[in-house]
Amino acid sequence: MFGGIDPTLLLAALIVASVPIILAAIGELVVERAGVLNLGVEGMMIMGAVCGFIAAVETGNPVLGFVGGAAGGAALSLIFAVLTQFLLANQVATGLALTLFGLGLSSLLGQSYVGIKPPLTGDVPLGPLADLPFLGKVLFSHDWVVYLSVASVAAVWWVLRSTRTGLILRAVGESHDAAHALGYKVRRIRVLAIMFGGAMAGLGGAYISLVRVPQWTDGITSGAGWIALAIVVFASWRPWRALLGAYLFGGITVLQLNLQAAGARIPVEYLSSAPYLITILVLVIMSSGKGKAALNAPASLGQNFHASR
Amino acid sequence: MNRRTLLATAALGLGLAFGGSASAAGMDKVKACFVYVGPIGDGGWTFQHEQGRVALEAAYGDKVETAYQENVPEGADAERVLTQMALSGCNIIFTTSFGYMDQTNAVAAKFPNVMFEHATGYKRDSANVSTYNARFYEGRAVQGHIAGKMTKSNKIGYIASFPIPEVIMGINSYYLHAKKANPAVELSVVWAFTWFDPAKEADAAKALIDQGVDVIASHTDSTAPLAEAAKTNGAVIGFGQASDMTEYKDGPRVSSIIDNWAPYYIKRVGALLDGTYAQADAWEGIAGGEVTIGEITAAVPADVKAEAEALRDAIAAGTYHPFTGPINKQDGTAWLAEGEVAPDGDLLGMGFYVEGVTGDIPN
Repeated sequence: MFGGIDPTLLLAALIVASVPIILAAIGELVVERAGVLNLGVEGMMIMGAVCGFIAAVETGNPVLGFVGGAAGGAALSLIFAVLTQFLLANQVATGLALTLFGLGLSSLLGQSYVGIKPPLTGDVPLGPLADLPFLGKVLFSHDWVVYLSVASVAAVWWVLRSTRTGLILRAVGESHDAAHALGYKVRRIRVLAIMFGGAMAGLGGAYISLVRVPQWTDGITSGAGWIALAIVVFASWRPWRALLGAYLFGGITVLQLNLQAAGARIPVEYLSSAPYLITILVLVIMSSGKGKAALNAPASLGQNFHASR
Repeated sequence: MNRRTLLATAALGLGLAFGGSASAAGMDKVKACFVYVGPIGDGGWTFQHEQGRVALEAAYGDKVETAYQENVPEGADAERVLTQMALSGCNIIFTTSFGYMDQTNAVAAKFPNVMFEHATGYKRDSANVSTYNARFYEGRAVQGHIAGKMTKSNKIGYIASFPIPEVIMGINSYYLHAKKANPAVELSVVWAFTWFDPAKEADAAKALIDQGVDVIASHTDSTAPLAEAAKTNGAVIGFGQASDMTEYKDGPRVSSIIDNWAPYYIKRVGALLDGTYAQADAWEGIAGGEVTIGEITAAVPADVKAEAEALRDAIAAGTYHPFTGPINKQDGTAWLAEGEVAPDGDLLGMGFYVEGVTGDIPN
């Protein structure tokens, strides 16, 4: 215990609080590494939240709920894919419209689900591991989606770094003309990446409506998608940094609420602006260093591809 | 229902009593319009206003026509919506969020024959603008009493939204009555700086629970704090806010504060129908039926329930005011002397904690 706050509980809370952002951010990271800027993360998340909620309530199975959430997010992202990859619409405008559309559609779909409680997602029984002092509570008493979120970061990191698929995906994001000249199907790869991003955002949204706040309410994600977008830039398009960024942001958010609840003698204004201030601070430090975060952006990010030759 | 009918008949009675000139100004049919800040399915604030609109239609049948618009952003957009409503023949327009204050007054100045009613505001620039609010702090007193009696850890929590008088009033009332019921009680306040962000509200509730708090009151709009409390399997209880939140009745919700706008809407439209309408600054509480205490569940022992109901009835009867002296401010200076009752002006501008609450109010 320090300052009246139990670090065990704090770390456990931080890990859970960051899950939706990690899932959405890692999905968006793949999309952006493929050279597509999809600003509709918030819309895909909330579609995932409502579809996941409906699927879980109708089937009574929380796992199917998450499948439904991923499907909902992917379905919405498909609209974005068609508009930007086939009709060559502006990506920024389409992404923003996707968020508005997702918010409206989710509200419509969820109308008869207000006030219902979804089936519970329990912790993974890890037996004796969960009884370990400190580590048991922090690491080994969570639901399966928490572990999935970390596993997905590891998987994306490995795929991008060490596989042919990752290399092709990065090539498409860095120079779609070169990738096209080499015979890669730029459009198909990008559509698949967009759908992956949608599915991950949908999972993140479903985590909010099924675990974090087990209920459906209009606008339940309230901005988590925008934070996920910021985390991708913050991470300079690197998977582990995205995890770090999400834990940092989630951690400070949880910490400031805990400090308030513990009656810390720090003015609330500083506490509640801390997550944003520290994010800005880290961004400044990172982009001023040798790594140059900005230089790491995929070169074709946000540019539409049209095979003219 | 009884109180509602009573008010309606009272309004009608008044109209008849004054007869002649008053009824000459009355109307055969009124079109009442509502501007909502959120969706009608938010389960809290806007949902309750919508219930008021439905009750209004039920009360007057053919004599009233209603219309509403959801999700109207606070700001310039509201002015457009209000103008549109005024032009489309609305006789009375209810603007149901604090942030519509300037737009309501601006549009009202252009349409002197349309009546405007702004919820929770204080500006009445033209004669056709009225304001209305509810004495939510009366409900907080009842909650505070239950909290003080029910806590086992002697730690109670309050999830606050923004540091405005209405919220501070609620915190003070909640604390004073918890303290009265249980002198050992300590209050933790968490400022969420949002009206509606379910994930953050849940985090705030979790932070309080992690700190050993076992009774949580919230001043935000969603049911997330109750959902978080429900995860503790009965160790932590809470209250419904703005709406009854009955879906948590078999879980953590032991009572609630229900905003009941129906009596006010029926009274005002009734006054317009019979010609007794006049500019007003309404601030009703439990007595006027605008603040209702939701059913106290079986999780609360019978004697505590009886005390809470007695407190509610005393407030309704006007024999007890939740802010009755002696009460000191947080810094120890005197605010209310023995037996003195807080003037409305002090409450509406409340910017201080009462003695015993720890922490500072953010600016």
